[in-house]
Amino acid sequence: MKPAAKAYSAGVKDYRQTYWEPNYQVTETDILACFKITPQPGVSREEAAAAVAAESSTGTWTTVWTDLLTDLDHYKGRAYRIEDVPGDDSRFYAFIAYPIDLFEEGSVVNVFTSLVGNVFGFKAIRALRLEDVRFPIAYVKTCGGPPNGIQVERDKMDKYGRPLLGCTLKPKLGLSAKNYGRATYECLRGGLDFTKDDENVNSQPFMRWRDRFEFVAEAIHKAEAETGERKGHYLNVTAPTPEEMYKRAEFAKELDMPIIMHDFLTGGFCANTGLANWCRDNGMLLHIHRAMHAVIDRNPHHGIHFRVLTKALRLSGGDHLHTGTVVGKLEGDRASTLGWIDLLRERYIKEDRSRGIFFDQDWGSMPGAFAVASGGIHVWHMPALVSIFGDDSVLQFGGGTLGHPWGNAAGAAANRVALEACVEARNSGRELEREGKEILTAAAKSSPELRIAMETWKEIKFEFDTVDKLDVAHA
Amino acid sequence: MSTMQDYHSRLSDPASRKFGTFSYLPPMSAQDLRKQVDYLLAQGWAPAIEHTEPQHTRGSYWYMWKLPMFGETSAENVLAEAEACRKANPDNHVRLVGYDKLRQTQGTSMVLFRGKTA
Repeated sequence: MKPAAKAYSAGVKDYRQTYWEPNYQVTETDILACFKITPQPGVSREEAAAAVAAESSTGTWTTVWTDLLTDLDHYKGRAYRIEDVPGDDSRFYAFIAYPIDLFEEGSVVNVFTSLVGNVFGFKAIRALRLEDVRFPIAYVKTCGGPPNGIQVERDKMDKYGRPLLGCTLKPKLGLSAKNYGRATYECLRGGLDFTKDDENVNSQPFMRWRDRFEFVAEAIHKAEAETGERKGHYLNVTAPTPEEMYKRAEFAKELDMPIIMHDFLTGGFCANTGLANWCRDNGMLLHIHRAMHAVIDRNPHHGIHFRVLTKALRLSGGDHLHTGTVVGKLEGDRASTLGWIDLLRERYIKEDRSRGIFFDQDWGSMPGAFAVASGGIHVWHMPALVSIFGDDSVLQFGGGTLGHPWGNAAGAAANRVALEACVEARNSGRELEREGKEILTAAAKSSPELRIAMETWKEIKFEFDTVDKLDVAHA
Repeated sequence: MSTMQDYHSRLSDPASRKFGTFSYLPPMSAQDLRKQVDYLLAQGWAPAIEHTEPQHTRGSYWYMWKLPMFGETSAENVLAEAEACRKANPDNHVRLVGYDKLRQTQGTSMVLFRGKTA
C-alpha cells in the first residue's frame, strides 16, 4: 500500500526540516554545488545551508498548498554536507545536490538563474559565494560546448607544438578603421598569429564595425601572403542586440575571416550560446572575453568563483577564454589559475582542494578551449608563461608588442622569437623559469628585435598581492 | 638605444615566408635537432616526415615522405629518414610532424631543413 498523502499545514517552517539531508546519497546525474556561506548572526549552519538549497530550487518562504500537487522529493535541492572553511570560522561550505530535472537541457541560462538567482539576496545570509559546480555528464551532453575546440583550431590555423601569440590593439578606443588595420597588419607580418579587438570596441562613431572588418580583412590577407602563415583577428561581434550580433558575424564570414569574438558576461549566456551555435554551423572560431567577471568573482565571500564561470563558458561555447596570466599585472593565484585552466582544457579533472577544485568534473567528449593569458605581459614573462600555460594557450600581448621602440612588427618578431626559443629550450629539457634569462639572452643574439625588447622592458615588474586567495588555514 | 631598424619582410622576397614552429629561430645544429626529436619520441608521438616546395607552404598538406614511422623509438632513424628526404628533394622544406593519436592532433610540427628560397 502506498503511503497516505501528507496533510496540508500552512505557515512558515524551518528550511532544515525539508532541505537539510545529511544522509542523502548524491546520484550520478545530480548537479552538485558548493557554496561558501556567511550566515546572519543566530542562524545555524544547517538552517542557512538548507535555506540556500530551498531558495535556489523549489522552496519559498512559506508553505503553499500547491506544494502537495507535485513530488517535491523528486525536484528539491538538498543540502547534504557542511564543511569548515580553512582559516575562517565565520563562514562554512555547504554542498547542495540538485536533481537534473530541475533544469532545461542545454541551458546555462536556466541553471544559473536557479543557482545564483534570488538566493544571493536572501536575508538569512550575509554573503554567499558559489565556489564550484559539478555538471554531470548527462547534463554536459545536452550542451553544445566549444564550437571547434583546441584540436580543430590547431588544424584550421595550422599551428602545432607551441602556444599561439596574440596582441590586443591599442589605443583601445579612438583609432580610425584604416589606421587600426595598419596596426593589425604590422603585428601579423612580424610573427603573431592573432590580433584582437579590445572588448570595448564594438561599433563606435570613430570606427564603425563594417569599416573595421574590411580593413582588418585586407591586413590579414596581406600578412598571410607575406609570411606564408595563417592569421586571424578576433573581430568583436558583441552588439546591442542579437540581430546585430549575427549580422556582424555573417559579414566576418563573408570576408573569409577565421575567428570572431564575444563578451560572454556583458553579452549574456543566451547570446553567447546562440553565437557559439552559429560558429559551429559556420566553421568560425570563437574567442571569448570576460568583461565584468571581476565584479562577479573578485570578492572572496560573495559572488561566483571564476572556475564556475569557466565551466559556464565551456558549456555555453567558446574556443578561447581569458584566464588571467599569473605573472602579469592582473589578479591571479597560481594554483587556483592552474585549476580553472584544467577545467577549461582537459577531459576529466579530479577534485583537488589545493587548486580550489571541489568536485570531479567529467566533460566526456566535449572539446576543450584555449586558455588566453592576457594583460601586462612582455618578452621577459615568456619563460614563465610557457612553463605555466603549456602549448594549449594564447599568449596575448598588448603594450608588450605595440610598445616596442621599432614598432609593432619588430615587437611581434621579438615575441615570436622569445616564444620559439622558450619552446625549444623546454623541449630540450631545460627549466624555463630558472634559466629564462640565459635562454632569452641567447635567442636575442640572432634577433635585434628581441634584444631591443629586452632592453626596453627589463625592469618592469607587477607584484601586487592577490585579493582572492584560496582558503587555507592560518599558519 | 640602438638606431631604429626597418623590419625586413616583403611579398616579393620568398625568404620572408615562414612555416610554423621554430621558423623564427636560426637553423638548429644537428645536436639541437636531435633533442627535439628525442622530445617528440618521449611524448609517445609517431614521427612523420613531410616536405614541400618553398613556394607552396601554405596548404594543410605537404608531401608525405613514406608513411609515419609508427613505433619508432630511435632519434637516429628519424633523422636519417629526414636526411634521405632532403637528399631526394634538395630544394624543398622538410618538416617533422609528431602525430598524437590520443588527442587526435599533431603534438608538434617543425621544419628541420629549409629549402631554397633564393
